[in-house]
Amino acid sequence: MQEVKSILMVGVGGQGTILASNVLAEGLLKSGYDVKMSEVHGMSQRGGSVNTQIRFGEKVYSPVIEVGAADVIVAFEKMEAVRWLNYLKKDGVIILNTVEIPPLSVLISKEEYPKNLIEEISKSVKTIAVDADKIAESLGNIKAQNIVLLGVLVKYLGLQGIDWEEVIKNNVPQKFVELNTNAFRKGLEVI
Amino acid sequence: MKKIMMGDEAVARGAYEHGITFAAAYPGTPSTEILENIAKYKEIYSEWAPNEKVAVEAAIGASIAGARSLAAMKHVGLNVAADPLFTFAYTGVNGGCVIVTADDPGMHSSQNEQDNRYYAKFAKIPMLEPSDSQECKDFVGYALDISEKYDTPVLLRLTTRVSHGKGVVELGERQNVEMKPYKKDIPKYVMVPANAQKRHVVVEERLKALRQLSEEISINRIEWNDREIGIITSGISYLYVKEVFGDEVSILKLGMTYPLPSELIKKFAEGVKKLYVVEELEPYIEEHVKSLGIKVIGKEILPIVGELNPGIIRKAIKGHELEHISVDTKVPGRPPMLCAGCPHRGVFYVLKKKKVPVLGDIGCYTLGAAPPLEAMDTCVCMGASISGSHGFQKANEHNGRKQKIFSVIGDSTFFHSGITGLIDIVYNKGNAVPIILDNRITAMTGHQHNPGTGKTLMGEESPEIDIAKLSEAIGVKRVRIVDPFNLKEVENAVDEAMNTDDTMVIVAKGPCALIPPRPQGECRIDQDKCKKCGLCLRIGCPAISKKDGILSIDPDQCTGCTVCMQVCPFDAIEKVR
Ligand SMILES: Cc1ncc(C[n+]2csc(CCOP(=O)(O)OP(=O)(O)O)c2C)c(N)n1
Ligand code: SF4
Ligand code: SF4
Repeated sequence: MQEVKSILMVGVGGQGTILASNVLAEGLLKSGYDVKMSEVHGMSQRGGSVNTQIRFGEKVYSPVIEVGAADVIVAFEKMEAVRWLNYLKKDGVIILNTVEIPPLSVLISKEEYPKNLIEEISKSVKTIAVDADKIAESLGNIKAQNIVLLGVLVKYLGLQGIDWEEVIKNNVPQKFVELNTNAFRKGLEVI
Repeated sequence: MKKIMMGDEAVARGAYEHGITFAAAYPGTPSTEILENIAKYKEIYSEWAPNEKVAVEAAIGASIAGARSLAAMKHVGLNVAADPLFTFAYTGVNGGCVIVTADDPGMHSSQNEQDNRYYAKFAKIPMLEPSDSQECKDFVGYALDISEKYDTPVLLRLTTRVSHGKGVVELGERQNVEMKPYKKDIPKYVMVPANAQKRHVVVEERLKALRQLSEEISINRIEWNDREIGIITSGISYLYVKEVFGDEVSILKLGMTYPLPSELIKKFAEGVKKLYVVEELEPYIEEHVKSLGIKVIGKEILPIVGELNPGIIRKAIKGHELEHISVDTKVPGRPPMLCAGCPHRGVFYVLKKKKVPVLGDIGCYTLGAAPPLEAMDTCVCMGASISGSHGFQKANEHNGRKQKIFSVIGDSTFFHSGITGLIDIVYNKGNAVPIILDNRITAMTGHQHNPGTGKTLMGEESPEIDIAKLSEAIGVKRVRIVDPFNLKEVENAVDEAMNTDDTMVIVAKGPCALIPPRPQGECRIDQDKCKKCGLCLRIGCPAISKKDGILSIDPDQCTGCTVCMQVCPFDAIEKVR
């Protein structure tokens, strides 16, 4: 087994980062990795920034990732990507959902949503930009964007060998299994 | 079998496996998931108590009856429960009893970051501190054994990253523990002075035995490696130290942090060249080490404020950070906000208009202090709104200042510790006006039931305690129930309050937008009528936005609550669904 890998998922409350990280962690555990995760609950339901951190390998100690230690950041939202960018390793990769969710200050025209974030980010790090929301929408439900992004991540990490569809089945309500399985498959095709 | 579990979930599993049959708590981040998970085990009776003091007292009762029991709370909850805790130390237990305190370094979701390890020392109760989910489960077992063997309650201290961190846990079988027989024992359980004086001696004797246990217990252990550097640590900090140093340094890992093992600490200190204590928040271990006359480095290089993480420790001890990217782009913050369709919004809008002091409290509605509403003046601790408003009003009155004072408090917070404040107003003839924001749920902590919702933690129906009738019974002269989505109704009640010296309570009764069945309405802005004045933005609803000068409502978020519609002076907003 290889050294410990650190994955940081960042987004906005309600985007499904926790479900995506739960599926990831369960799949990794099944294939024999030691896994640690950290997430902070509390204000997440009310539109605040959220993050979940997943670390896996032969033996993992810390459940939290330090600045400069993430192998991959999966950013569910562009502004959140920038907020957390310093957590990425120098040679790390960011999987970037191209979605824009304005915070209240932007909604009420007090501040502006920063422009050209994708260019800005891809200038400094290797960036895989994904229109996960559009992909999910084409499958009938924008909510499945989290699982599209999970598919991209799994492909990037080369972890297709794990029976992810089984794990997805265990983690989503029956009526959403098909949607999420399709979302996952679409994610695998992105790169 | 192995499972990934959150620390809180693992505590619940520990309670199940180690034969606990009674558990009580009041919700509070990051401890809430302990009882939510315990409720999944039908072998355990579990309940939401109205507050932490009641939860601990109920657990004491269950323990005296002979059952293994548990009470859980967030750090500030232990302040509320401190009264029974200190005397429980004197009576000791019958069935084993674990009291869980989940601290919140970094204040992810709290009003302070007190370090509850001091409570163990203060109350003379042994304390265990797990580092990960497996230990969370195992330490419940150790705690119960210690509790029964040494006749003492035991504190289990988690912190946010332990409570909400997840790790792999090896599951075991449930061990069925017979309830112990109950024997009346007045000298042990009736803490009148004559008995308590004798029990204090017992407590001191017990501490001697516990100090010995702390020297020997397997969860206080030395990991000898290179002896150039030695680090004493506990809880989550242990994992950070391992992350940074692996097997490079020697470590004294403390799983039992009260009483601390002085001899073990001396032995460890003698065995290493340079000694550090790595701990979050206060220099709790450090002070003890220094009291033994040992030279140690701690808080001069590590922060007292906020959480630790591997990066901070690396920088403090190794002198460098990991290389990382830095970005210059500044992005706006993303603070949490009241949901679209939140019943609290309208009340704050009206209060803001009236320009009155509003003593606040803790819950979702604390977000009413955030822009653009900014309609709350204080937030101290749960319950401090009503009592605070009374003090404010009386001080004003006594010193000749005339001003109407309001307070806002959620339903769960009212049951927790608002009722006594209301009694204070009636008894002492005050006239501050509490507005009870009755959204029919404990929303802030993730939607738990409370005495007003008609459901228990175990999912049974129960009587709904009627806040209006309760207020009347206390002696409040005017009790008005208003619909918080009807701004006129709210304003009328507030105006009535401004113009009377009678005691008055306003109950704003409207359900939280996130509890099923979620409201399905929709409002829309008629662009022909809209004068772009932006008044509707002042209610801070996340469904309303202004882009390129155009105001619009996001139909996916809007619940059709109509608050914006009532605010618009040009009738430009209509309800379409
Ligand atoms: C002593 C104490 N216990 C628990 C908490 C955690 N806590 C903060 S607000 C809250 C409940 C809020 O519920 P409610 O008053 O009904 O307001 P809502 O969030 O529903 O608007 C809880 C449990 C705390 N801050 N202090
Ligand atoms: S969760 Fe409920 S009470 Fe809390 S902000 Fe949202 S609607 Fe309001
Ligand atoms: S009706 Fe207006 S205030 Fe209510 S949720 Fe919709 S946009 Fe927000």
